[in-house]
Amino acid sequence: MHNEHFDAIVLGAGPAGLTAAIYLSRARIKTLVLNQGTVGGQMILTHEVANYPGVEHVSGYALANIMKKQAKEFGAVLKTVRTIDDIALLADKKTVSVNGDTVYTADVVILTPGGRSRTLGVPGENRFKGHGISYCATCDGEFFTGKEIVVVGGGNSALEEAVSLTKYATKVTIVHQFNHFQGFQHAIDEALNHPKIEVMTETVVNEFYGDERLEGVMLRNLKTNEVKPFATDGVFVFIGYQANTEGLNGVVELNKWNEIVVDANMQTNVEGVFAAGDAIAKRFRQITTAVGDATTAALAASAWLHERKRERKPAFANS
Amino acid sequence: MFLQTNLTHVNSAAEWQKILDENENVMICCGRMGPMCIPVYGIMEELEEEYKHVKFADMLFDSPEAHVIRNAPEARGFMGLPFTFYYKNGKVVKATSSIQNEDQIRSILDQHLAPSK
Repeated sequence: MHNEHFDAIVLGAGPAGLTAAIYLSRARIKTLVLNQGTVGGQMILTHEVANYPGVEHVSGYALANIMKKQAKEFGAVLKTVRTIDDIALLADKKTVSVNGDTVYTADVVILTPGGRSRTLGVPGENRFKGHGISYCATCDGEFFTGKEIVVVGGGNSALEEAVSLTKYATKVTIVHQFNHFQGFQHAIDEALNHPKIEVMTETVVNEFYGDERLEGVMLRNLKTNEVKPFATDGVFVFIGYQANTEGLNGVVELNKWNEIVVDANMQTNVEGVFAAGDAIAKRFRQITTAVGDATTAALAASAWLHERKRERKPAFANS
Repeated sequence: MFLQTNLTHVNSAAEWQKILDENENVMICCGRMGPMCIPVYGIMEELEEEYKHVKFADMLFDSPEAHVIRNAPEARGFMGLPFTFYYKNGKVVKATSSIQNEDQIRSILDQHLAPSK
């Protein structure tokens, strides 16, 4: 087992993680960024970022690469596409076990795991992904030209994407689990008044079926519990985002939505553990808010480390 | 026009053929700069150093030259970007449609594009 110690470990490499790495490493704090996926998080999925102050237009992908370069130039060590086996944060020396063969330790940890799109998690979803099931109307809409499709969800994304898919599909059926929609009223009105859109509320997808490609979905009516097949050529799923905090359950305090609870300094309920970005409990999730949170977390973590070192320093004996 | 990634860009059918001729193991991701494609490019960039025996490349889906992938028999029934093709000695050994995660990509690389002994 390989062991290596850093002053700080940042878990996650989205805009929050990279910002924390920039601030920490620039303060000469030996910093490791560990990430299960690729650098950039959800930011890389943004085609054009037009509201990042000081930058007129940039793709999320390019912005992520610039942040990564900055973090590395200041001395942060980035290890991405790693499998994190275990996280132990309660002791003074925090440990993160990786890839079954390496244990990293640090005095302070900043959690920036970010979020991801929800999937339905029902039988057939993995099998028909790319063969009738999609999560991106802009990417895959044209494959469904002249076909009848289903959109799952009831928020702004589902409603707006359902309308946008009418450019290609002959009919769009919105399947939504509640009896009301959670989107903005204008988005609800536009979808419900569209001649190509039909709506099935209080209904959920139980299963996807087909042979080589998707042929239909089994729908369950939540009022009657009746399950019946619904033939369709394609299904687009837009059911929101979730925090990537599965591995943090029982490690730090999470709220009922599994978001990390932090104070104004981005400190969690565990001493020496901070958090920032989309996975913390907050209202607004933007690149700018992630960057701002992470700046606070990194500065607070730096101050915490400094205090801790001062407390541990032996006092000079007056002679 | 090409994709804004750090991967090798395949710009024509001739370049595609050259890469297949010159490399035993090739992975080409054919897509756009969209949310289903970018994570795959990112994973490929991260794996490039580890899988030195594999040539990683991308190709713009909307380029007319991308017919070599779009119209390949292995892409029949594909309804999600990106179309990702894995080649061994010039032959398609695996093709996937839509986003794939790192574990899925690693599994294909390990199973189908293992280094020669």
